Amino acid sequence: MFFRILSVFGFFFLYAPIAALVFYSFNASKLVTVWGGFSTKWYGELFGDPQILGAAWISLKIAFISASISVVLGTLAALIMVRFGRFKGRTLFSGMITAPLVMPEVITGLSLLMLFISLQGLIGWPVGRGLSTIVIAHSTFGLAFVAVIVQSRLVDMDKDIEEAASDLGARPVRVFFDITLPMILPALVSAWLLAFTLSLDDLVIASFVAGPGASTLPMVIFSKVRLGVSPDINALATIMIGIVGLGIFCATLVMLRKSSREG
Amino acid sequence: MMNWFQRRGRTIIIAIPMLWLLIFFLAPFFVVFKISFAEIARARPPFTPLFSWEESRLLISLSLENYAYLWDDTLYVKAYFSSMKIAFFSTVFALLVGYPMAYVVARSSDRWRNILLMLVVLPFWTSFLLRVYAWIGFLKGNGLINALLLKLGLINEPLIMLQTNFAVYVGIVYTYLPFMILPLYANLTKIDNTLLEAAEDLGASKFVSFMTITLPLSLPGIIAGSTLVFIPAIGEFVIPALLGGPDTLMIGKVLWTEFFNNRDWPVASAVATAMLVLLVLPIMWMRRAAEEEVS
Repeated sequence: MFFRILSVFGFFFLYAPIAALVFYSFNASKLVTVWGGFSTKWYGELFGDPQILGAAWISLKIAFISASISVVLGTLAALIMVRFGRFKGRTLFSGMITAPLVMPEVITGLSLLMLFISLQGLIGWPVGRGLSTIVIAHSTFGLAFVAVIVQSRLVDMDKDIEEAASDLGARPVRVFFDITLPMILPALVSAWLLAFTLSLDDLVIASFVAGPGASTLPMVIFSKVRLGVSPDINALATIMIGIVGLGIFCATLVMLRKSSREG
Repeated sequence: MMNWFQRRGRTIIIAIPMLWLLIFFLAPFFVVFKISFAEIARARPPFTPLFSWEESRLLISLSLENYAYLWDDTLYVKAYFSSMKIAFFSTVFALLVGYPMAYVVARSSDRWRNILLMLVVLPFWTSFLLRVYAWIGFLKGNGLINALLLKLGLINEPLIMLQTNFAVYVGIVYTYLPFMILPLYANLTKIDNTLLEAAEDLGASKFVSFMTITLPLSLPGIIAGSTLVFIPAIGEFVIPALLGGPDTLMIGKVLWTEFFNNRDWPVASAVATAMLVLLVLPIMWMRRAAEEEVS
């Protein structure tokens, strides 16, 4: 009972700030303590701001491309770890796919930037920094998260079907595309979503490796909120929470349906 | 039976992610390590080269000055220990808030459990930056909490909460709470109910059976959740930058300032190298040891 009361406070703690953001996005007054009446003017301001819209578009592009690269590379990495047995450099390899999970973002960002700058001096690539350098950075840390998810799925998976297929003469590539891939597909979808979200959310690494031209959405938000509360960011937060909430709600509904059908 | 083609294919498949990680994950640390021995200079890029040719002789100039500077200027050592302290206490607070929540979710009926789990996970998928930002409106001098307390007559003048270490603790606990709850929940659902029933039959009070059965059995969950909170908290930049004050010392913020404000790339690189050796390597080593213990 005691825990129940505590956890009510816990959920309140979790949701009060979010509720306040949503509430104040409709407040006509700029001050959080004054209710100036219901208004959607901050939404108007938000959609009239080319800087925020441009940054949002850049962020979505980066997140889409880097999540896709992460899933391809991360799935390969997971397959190698689970199905390939011993090979030269395995310890190094497994270290490199788990290290990004514990690496502070400031270190990842700084070191990648230093690499890009010295590469530019040595071989003339990449020319300047922008979208492509952010994509590379996000793909690299996304890879680690994808590898963890896919690895645990592969470990749980029944190996018999794969073995049966190869006993019947299917080549490894065929086994992968006909058997393994369809079985791990749900894991790939959630891994892609995670990589997408992490990329969309990243401020620190992008700030280091972005050139002067490319500002991502978190970079624009950060420079705005550093100066204090700004109501159009409340409106932006409300929209994002709405999209995520809807997505999670639908996913939960699907899951509940599935489990009630099975049970 | 593996023929030549299959062995080749295997090598190529290993090579793709391996090369990517070698170039974009491992190589950058060597570059940073190299630059940490350079000196700041008015040039592009803004540091002195380590190797130079003079009259067809190779000159190598290594400077240990950056590391000496990190040691001499107390700021860096203080920031290192202050990050540890802040991360440690945030983890403890997150555990105190998260444990009851995980416990209640794990013991609720099937129907409620899914809804509560969804409520725990939902904030995790919304923007981290915006969740930190939400606290600015709560904590600032003319913010919501102060307005509420003033109205209730509990305080006479606004409390200073924003730009303090208190705000940093709140921010870390708030943003990393789902990381604490989820592993705890996964662990608590696995605890065998018959043990608790047996304890009850033998006359143990709820408190006693919690302390002697549930709590010890949930230790793996406590450890898993705590590492998931402690590790990202220690190198945190966004939370101390937005909620902390000028005297909030955290190593991630120090590195950021050194690079973006002071534009001292060699010192920033030395900070990164020191962090890697004194922070990341011990964490990785501990994780490895823990994994080996499990298997």
